[in-house]
Amino acid sequence: MQAGKPILYSYFRSSCSWRVRIALALKSIDYETVPVNLVKDGGQQLAIIEYLEETRPTPRLLPLDPKKRCLVRMISDLIASGIQPLQNLSVLQQMGQENRLTWAQKVINSGFNALEQVLQNTAGKYCVGDEVSMADLCLVPQVANAERYKVDLTPYPTIRHINKSLLALEAFQVSHPCRQPDTPPELRA
Amino acid sequence: MTESGKPILYSYFRSSCSWRVRIALALKSIDYETVPVNLVKDGGQQFSEEFQALNPMKQVPALKIDGITIGQSLAIIEYLEETRPTPRLLPLDPKKRCLVRMISDLIASGIQPLQNLSVLQQMGQENRLTWAQKVINSGFNALEQVLQNTAGKYCVGDEVSMADLCLVPQVANAERYKVDLTPYPTIRHINKSLLALEAFQVSHPCRQPDTPPELRA
Repeated sequence: MQAGKPILYSYFRSSCSWRVRIALALKSIDYETVPVNLVKDGGQQLAIIEYLEETRPTPRLLPLDPKKRCLVRMISDLIASGIQPLQNLSVLQQMGQENRLTWAQKVINSGFNALEQVLQNTAGKYCVGDEVSMADLCLVPQVANAERYKVDLTPYPTIRHINKSLLALEAFQVSHPCRQPDTPPELRA
Repeated sequence: MTESGKPILYSYFRSSCSWRVRIALALKSIDYETVPVNLVKDGGQQFSEEFQALNPMKQVPALKIDGITIGQSLAIIEYLEETRPTPRLLPLDPKKRCLVRMISDLIASGIQPLQNLSVLQQMGQENRLTWAQKVINSGFNALEQVLQNTAGKYCVGDEVSMADLCLVPQVANAERYKVDLTPYPTIRHINKSLLALEAFQVSHPCRQPDTPPELRA
């Protein structure tokens, strides 16, 4: 049956969950959170965001123009396939504690190097032009991960600038890991 | 470059991501040129300045089409779907589209990146096979369960979709890393059905311009 609020299974700190929370906030979709303590990585939130876009189309998260849509998806995939999975919890748990930080930094730097170059061609106010898109939903959580792993963001001025603009928006604030039902007290905003 | 020329696909014969796009181009009967990029030779041709200028992500596949150059196989496939819509690679129904994308993402984010060349090169030679098998088994365990709910003849119902384009190359990777596929009957069955289709054959790694003679079909 179709009645009832959507239920989001979310971990406060998961960048994947955060992407979906931003989408729900931008589209003013009221939902319930069921906190899950993260064991298994969900690589499939972009599918969820595309479903939200197709069924609740305003405001848009993908531009109308196919070439611009492609750029949005390219950037989203660069982050969601090319960076995030390589530094997620289940991968880091495979390596010795002493190697994790170096590995995470390597992966993020490699990805951000590519992303910075791409964004220099695509960005306006946000990742692609001047409208918030799915790419921006992927960027902010990944920058938060980068900060968590002490990646020096100096080489990535476009990434930093866009991230700052996005964090000023309400949807990115209400969905922030520091404001979730399952945020531990010591990390709460 | 002019817009009237054929699309150009930057591809490595053995790259599963390149194979996904090759299948899409074949299914949609889009004629294209291949520019092979050898990921191993010369320290990896994807790192050349020339290629990096074309695709800053330094990865294959990249497709030059309609005056733009795009990377990321699923973004490419979705662009092809939107601009050359027949035959369909995504169903019309939004819930089924979501299933197709979920399965595609499970493979394209959840499995393939964790066992691709650049990651394996980070670890000692002696650990690579175990790591690749672990990653693939973990992903295929999840995928097998999902497919039991979604599959008909193919991954989602009875029409070939983007999910199937991701499945076949990933099974080929599994075989390459000697993963025992016995626990995954749905995956095996769908893979077999798909490999019988022409688009999956002409795009196969064993039949590419850059396939080495000893691996050629």
